[in-house]
Amino acid sequence: MTDILMPALSPTMEEGTLAKWLVKEGDTVKAGDVIAEIETDKATMEVEAVDEGVIESILVPAGSENVKVNTLIAKLKGEGEAASPAPAAAPVAEAAPAPVAAAPVAAPISAASTFADPEIPAGTPTKKITVRDALRDAMAEEMRRDDKVFLMGEEVAQYQGAYKVSRDLLQEFGDRRVIDTPITEHGFAGLGVGAAMAGLKPIVEFMTWNFAMQAIDQIINSAAKTLYMSGGQIKSSIVFRGPNGAASRVAAQHSQDYAAWYGNVPGLKVIAPYDAADAKGLLKAAIRDPNPIVFLEHEMMYGHEFDIPDVEDWVVPIGKAKVRREGSDVTLVAYSRMVGFALQAAEELAKEGISAEVVDLRTIRPMDHDTILESVKKTNRLVTVEEGWGPMGVGAEIVARITEHGFDYLDAPPLRVHQEDVPLPYAANLEALSLPSVEKIVKAAKAVSYK
Amino acid sequence: MARTRKGEAPAGKADATGVNAFVGKDELLKFYQDMLLIRRFEERAGQLYGMGLIGGFCHLYIGQEAIAVGMQSISQKGDQIITGYRDHGHMLAAGMDPKEVMAELTGRAGGSSKGKGGSMHMFDIATGFYGGHGIVGAQVSLGTGLALANAYKGNGNVSYAYFGDGAANQGQVYESFNMAQLWKLPVVYVIENNQYAMGTSVERSASETAFHKRGVSFRIPGEEVDGMDVIAVREAGARATEHARSGQGPYILEMKTYRYRGHSMSDPAKYRTKDEVDQVKQTRDPIDHLKERLAKAGVTEDDLKTVDAEVKRIVAEAAEFARTSPEPDPSELYTDVYLEAAQ
Repeated sequence: MTDILMPALSPTMEEGTLAKWLVKEGDTVKAGDVIAEIETDKATMEVEAVDEGVIESILVPAGSENVKVNTLIAKLKGEGEAASPAPAAAPVAEAAPAPVAAAPVAAPISAASTFADPEIPAGTPTKKITVRDALRDAMAEEMRRDDKVFLMGEEVAQYQGAYKVSRDLLQEFGDRRVIDTPITEHGFAGLGVGAAMAGLKPIVEFMTWNFAMQAIDQIINSAAKTLYMSGGQIKSSIVFRGPNGAASRVAAQHSQDYAAWYGNVPGLKVIAPYDAADAKGLLKAAIRDPNPIVFLEHEMMYGHEFDIPDVEDWVVPIGKAKVRREGSDVTLVAYSRMVGFALQAAEELAKEGISAEVVDLRTIRPMDHDTILESVKKTNRLVTVEEGWGPMGVGAEIVARITEHGFDYLDAPPLRVHQEDVPLPYAANLEALSLPSVEKIVKAAKAVSYK
Repeated sequence: MARTRKGEAPAGKADATGVNAFVGKDELLKFYQDMLLIRRFEERAGQLYGMGLIGGFCHLYIGQEAIAVGMQSISQKGDQIITGYRDHGHMLAAGMDPKEVMAELTGRAGGSSKGKGGSMHMFDIATGFYGGHGIVGAQVSLGTGLALANAYKGNGNVSYAYFGDGAANQGQVYESFNMAQLWKLPVVYVIENNQYAMGTSVERSASETAFHKRGVSFRIPGEEVDGMDVIAVREAGARATEHARSGQGPYILEMKTYRYRGHSMSDPAKYRTKDEVDQVKQTRDPIDHLKERLAKAGVTEDDLKTVDAEVKRIVAEAAEFARTSPEPDPSELYTDVYLEAAQ
C-alpha cells in the first residue's frame, strides 16, 4: 500500500486546494499518470502518480480547500496486494518522499498588531487581502490613474507573473502596458531607465532581486546618478520591484537581502514593506514618486492576508517608520518579513515580563532615524533585525546613527540580529541556523536587557 | 541659414533607395561650420586641459566630426541622441550652447550640468541630447529605452544611440538589439568604429570586425559607411532613419572613422604609429574632404574665411565663459540628489 500525500508544488507552498480528482476509487494507474489537480495561490498544478497500482481510497474530496502539505489524500494498492484492513495501518515509511514544504524557520505570522494605527482613523472599514493582491491592486490603480505607468519584466504578462503578482493586468491593460521581456535583466533594466528618462513611469519587475545584480549598473549608474550629473535635468521616475531575501530552501544564489546594498546609494529610495497595507500604500507612493525606487518585496509574505483600510486611494508616505507595537523596555527595529518575527519575539518577551517596542522601518532609504531614536529614548535598549548579512548592513547603519545621536540614552550596547556571515546553505538544518529567528531575537533582546 | 530636414527637403536627386538626401550649397556650408566648430572647440578643450582648467577624463572627438554633423542633419525635432563619454561633438551638433558645454568641462556653475557632471555627463532635453554616459555600453540600452518611449507614445520620433567599437563588445548591446527588433523600436544604432577601444585595436578585440554585421542574428539590417564623409553619413543616416521611423525597427550604421587624438587626454597613443595617424589626416580628413565638395559647389575661399572667423569667435567666447564662470556654490552639493514628490 502506498500513501499519496498532498505535495508541495513550490518552495514556499504550505497548503492548497484539491481542485479535482482525475481518477476514482478502483481505477488502475501507472507512474506518471495525472491523478489530480491542485490549486495553490500561484497556479493550478497536476499531481502525478509516483507508483503503479489501483486507487484504493480517496480520502480528501475534490474541492477541499486549505489542505496542508503532506496530508494523506489517497491510498494506492500495489499489484496483487490485499485491500488494507484499516486506513490507520498504512505504513508511512513506504510513502513516496513528499517534498518538505514549509521553511523550517518559518514562524507563523502573528496576527496584525492590536496596537491602534495612528495613520488610520478609527472606524475606517477594512478588508482582508494578501500582500500579493495588495501589490497587484497598487499597480492596477496607478495604471488606471496614469497612462505613463507600465509594467515590464519576465513573465509579467501572459504567465500572469512568476509569483502571480501581476495577475489580470494584461487582461485589463493590454500588451502595450504589460510587457513580457526576454530573460535579459541588464538590457530591460536599461530600457526601463531610458523610457523613464523620456518621461514614462516604468515599473520594472525582477523575478527576484538576486537576478537584478545583472542590472545593478543601470539601477545605480544610470537611474540613481543621472539627476545629479545632469544638474537636475534628467529624471528617472521608475520603480524596480520584486521579491527580495530568502524564500525557502533555494540556497545562496536566490536568497540574498539587498536592502543594505541599495540603501547605500544616494539618489535611490529603498522600500521594504511588511504587511498588505504598507505593500499597497507604499507601492502606490513609489509609482507616483519622481525618483528611482528600489521596492523590496518578500516571497514568503506574498500569500499572507492582512487587514487593509478599505478606502478609495490608500497611499502611505515614503520615509516614515511605523511603531507596530508599543513597549517600554527594549526597541526591536526590523523591516520586511522580519517585522513579523520581531512581533512574535515581542509576544515571547512579554511572557517573561519584558516590554518590547517594535519599529517597522518600512523605508530603508531615506531612513526614519527620528522614530528609532524616539523609541530608544524611551526604552534605552536597541536590537536590530535584518535578513541580510551583518557587516556593513542595515543594522550597522542604525546602530551607528543611534550611537551618534542617542549615545546618552543607551543603557546597553545595541545588538544586531542578522543572517550568519555565510552564503545561505540549502540543507534545512543549516538554513535554519543561518537565518534570523524569533529565538535569536528574543535572546538578543534579553541580552541587551541584562536578563 | 535654413537646415534641410528630412521630410521638408527641396526636390532633388534621390539616392538608390529612394531616400531624398539632397544637400544644397547652403547646407554644405553649414556642415562645414558645424564640423569646424567641433574641431576648434575640441582643440581649445585640449589646451584648457593642458592649463589645468579641465580635470579628470576628457575624450576629444577630433577626426570624427562628420558623423555627428551628418546624422544630425537628418534628425527631426523630438528625436533623441544618446552617446557615451566621447560626447562633446554630439552636443555641439545637437545645438547645445558651446559656452555651457565648455563651462561644464571646467566644472563651473554655468556648465550645462551646473558643474556636477563634467566631460562625460552632459544633457539637454531641449535639443534631445540625453547624454553623455560614462559606462561603456549603458547608453545602448538607455537609447533603446528612449525608443521604447517613442513607440509607447506613438510620437513618430527616432532615438539615435551612438557607441564605439569597444562598446560593441558589451553584452547589453545585444540584449538591446534583441528587444529593439522584437518590438520594432524606432532606434538607429550608430557604431563609431574609430578602430581602437582605448589602446586595443579592433583586430585584437573583436572576433567579427565588421560591426555592421553584428545585428545579423537579430535580423537587424546594417551597413558600413565612410564616417569621414559627411554626405555619405547623411545618406546612410537618412536610409536608417526612414527604416526606423516607418515602424520597421532598428537599423545599424557602422561608421568607419578615426580619432586623431589619444583615447583621453592622458593617453600617449603608443599603440599606433605616427605614420598611421598622419596618413589618415592627409588622405581622409573629413573637413578637408568637405572643402573639396564646397569648392565644386562654388563656395569661395572668402566664404570659408568668414565661417572660420565666426567659429573662432564662438570658441573664444566659450573658453572665456568657461574660465570666468564661477565654481558652483557649495550649497549645490546637496541639490539634485532627489526630486520632491508632488503632494
